[in-house]
Amino acid sequence: MSRIDAAFGRMREERRVGLVTYVTAGDPALARTADILRALDRAGADVIEVGVPFSDPLADGPVIQRACERALAGGATLDRILEVIREARPSVRAPIVLFSYANPIYRMGFATFAARAAAAGVDGLLTLDIPVEEAGPIRAALLDHGLDPIYLLSPTTTPARARQAGELGRGFLYLISRAGVTGARDSLAAGLPAMAARVREASRLPLAVGFGLSRPEHVRAVADVADAAVVGSALVSVIADAGDTPDLVPRVEHYVRWLRGDGTGGGLPGGPGGDTLQEREC
Amino acid sequence: MNATLPITGPVFGRRDPDSRGYFGPYGGRFAPETLMAPLDELRDAYFALRDDEAFRAELVGLLTTFAGRPTPLYEARRLTAEAGGARIFLKREDLTHTGAHKINNALGQALLAARMGKSRVVAETGAGQHGVATAAACALLGLQCEVYMGADDMARQALNVVRMRLLGATVTRVLAGSRTLKDAINEAMRDWVTNIATTHYLLGSVLGPHPYPLMVREFQSVIGAEARLQFEAAAGGAPDAVVASVGGGSNAMGIFDAFIEMTGVRLVGVEAGGTGPELGRHAARFAGGSPGIFQGTHTAVLQGTDGNIAGTHSISAGLDYAAVGPEHAWLRETGRAEYVSASDAEALDAFSALSRLEGILPALESAHAVAWARRLATQMGPGRRILVNLSGRGDKDVQTATQQLGIEEE
Repeated sequence: MSRIDAAFGRMREERRVGLVTYVTAGDPALARTADILRALDRAGADVIEVGVPFSDPLADGPVIQRACERALAGGATLDRILEVIREARPSVRAPIVLFSYANPIYRMGFATFAARAAAAGVDGLLTLDIPVEEAGPIRAALLDHGLDPIYLLSPTTTPARARQAGELGRGFLYLISRAGVTGARDSLAAGLPAMAARVREASRLPLAVGFGLSRPEHVRAVADVADAAVVGSALVSVIADAGDTPDLVPRVEHYVRWLRGDGTGGGLPGGPGGDTLQEREC
Repeated sequence: MNATLPITGPVFGRRDPDSRGYFGPYGGRFAPETLMAPLDELRDAYFALRDDEAFRAELVGLLTTFAGRPTPLYEARRLTAEAGGARIFLKREDLTHTGAHKINNALGQALLAARMGKSRVVAETGAGQHGVATAAACALLGLQCEVYMGADDMARQALNVVRMRLLGATVTRVLAGSRTLKDAINEAMRDWVTNIATTHYLLGSVLGPHPYPLMVREFQSVIGAEARLQFEAAAGGAPDAVVASVGGGSNAMGIFDAFIEMTGVRLVGVEAGGTGPELGRHAARFAGGSPGIFQGTHTAVLQGTDGNIAGTHSISAGLDYAAVGPEHAWLRETGRAEYVSASDAEALDAFSALSRLEGILPALESAHAVAWARRLATQMGPGRRILVNLSGRGDKDVQTATQQLGIEEE
């Protein structure tokens, strides 16, 4: 059983919705990434998605675009990110999923990438611009090294495509809750329950829902339709606000505990409150 | 030379990629999941309409009455004399309405968008020619139009920004990344993925995920179809070489298309050599690039060792792009076409030469093809004939030329 399967198994046993957190590796600095991963883990993230910064993140909104720019300016490359994960892995319990555009992985070579990622302790890979039709070569390399290929589904995904993703995927399926780029929103997409129900019919894999989530009530609302909620841009905003300061790790940890409903007061310490965050992110 | 020419049109269904959109190993569909079903829908609509007589007739009608086709073939005698070798013929795409070959594709896709029931069109533009063509086609068909353009390109192609706005389009400045064509494409894709139900993405070159490279080449194939007949009528037989500039590569694919099966005809694509061979100083993908996956397709890409896309430079905004159409990558790999580059300085020199010798101000993009044709004419010698695709006119470039050539001081 993969580390990802075990994590979703635990959520089911504990009868709670899981929390998947996304951060861009190398933001605000590569030297801080391992500490951020440990903080996410301590705060109770069930799965940690580590974004590989890319020069042309065409599926991302402004928040993650800026994070990519900061990370690349600081010299974060796929090669160095794998090194950071290898160092952090022994002290992080949660599964780690790399979230990348195709080209950095393709450039390294699918087989080389899979071998190095597995050795570093990565558990799965999600590629934004490799749809199931093109997934053959990278999927074979991932499976050879015991990594889970994870696929995205969206409001435009047909039932046939959802079934195909369910058959080819491992670990979980990631449902994009609305057509568009990444970025936090005020509320959940209206059509989400129906969409999630359609995916449930197409596949038995656990389901995580993302794109637009930023608040504990969003996370709780996902519990009715899926296994886990993904929070990305809102967390990246917390990191951007904190910057490369001593405050960074406590703020990340506090925000994730707040999302999980740990009742530590709500809002964000030493930064804007939830409402400000929403307005800026829309 | 046009008097006896029958009205021709784009050529459809001649060389389709495989069912997944591959030309050999190049092409495919590397797009975000949200775009996959819309890309299927676009492909199906396109395949149905290209076989639809009424659609084809409407398109040919607009190419004739709106765009001003057929464009002439012109023998550049003074340029030929100066080069001292092969005869140089120009396919005058600069004489189309809106001033470049881009209108051929813009009309085709705008008609397609209207038939698909889309009310809104988004587009990227580099030099602004595709943006202007798209704005004009949208005005004609009553479609809402938004054009994304890099901030640096807006500065150097200011005339076209005004033209787009006069034609009713919204021009949105892109401040991300290198602030040029690739960043405009990213932003147009982000818009499309967000407004997928109402919006068609009118991509301007033979780039992106399937079916765009095929569809754009076929809409541009009217260039080669006309040129081949015109050349035969004017000079007899076929040219020895066909030369075109290659940014994304749509004007080149458009004129190459008619000659690909005539294996005696050399096909020469001219990339932007910029100011030098170092990464970041040029846009010569075939000289300095390697296979990559970028903006929806597998093709030759200028990139760093870590797989991030490299910065590019060209004096011409339309060639200043890090990747090239996948079919060009295949034509090069099979040896059917050859790819060379002309520097900023060579392009500027050709820009001046064509202006002074022939009374034609070419776009700086097209000037790269003229630059190579002059060199090739000298190499090939008398008795040979070279066909150049003069893809656009240079009005938009007078500001750059003024700065670079010091016109005002003269």
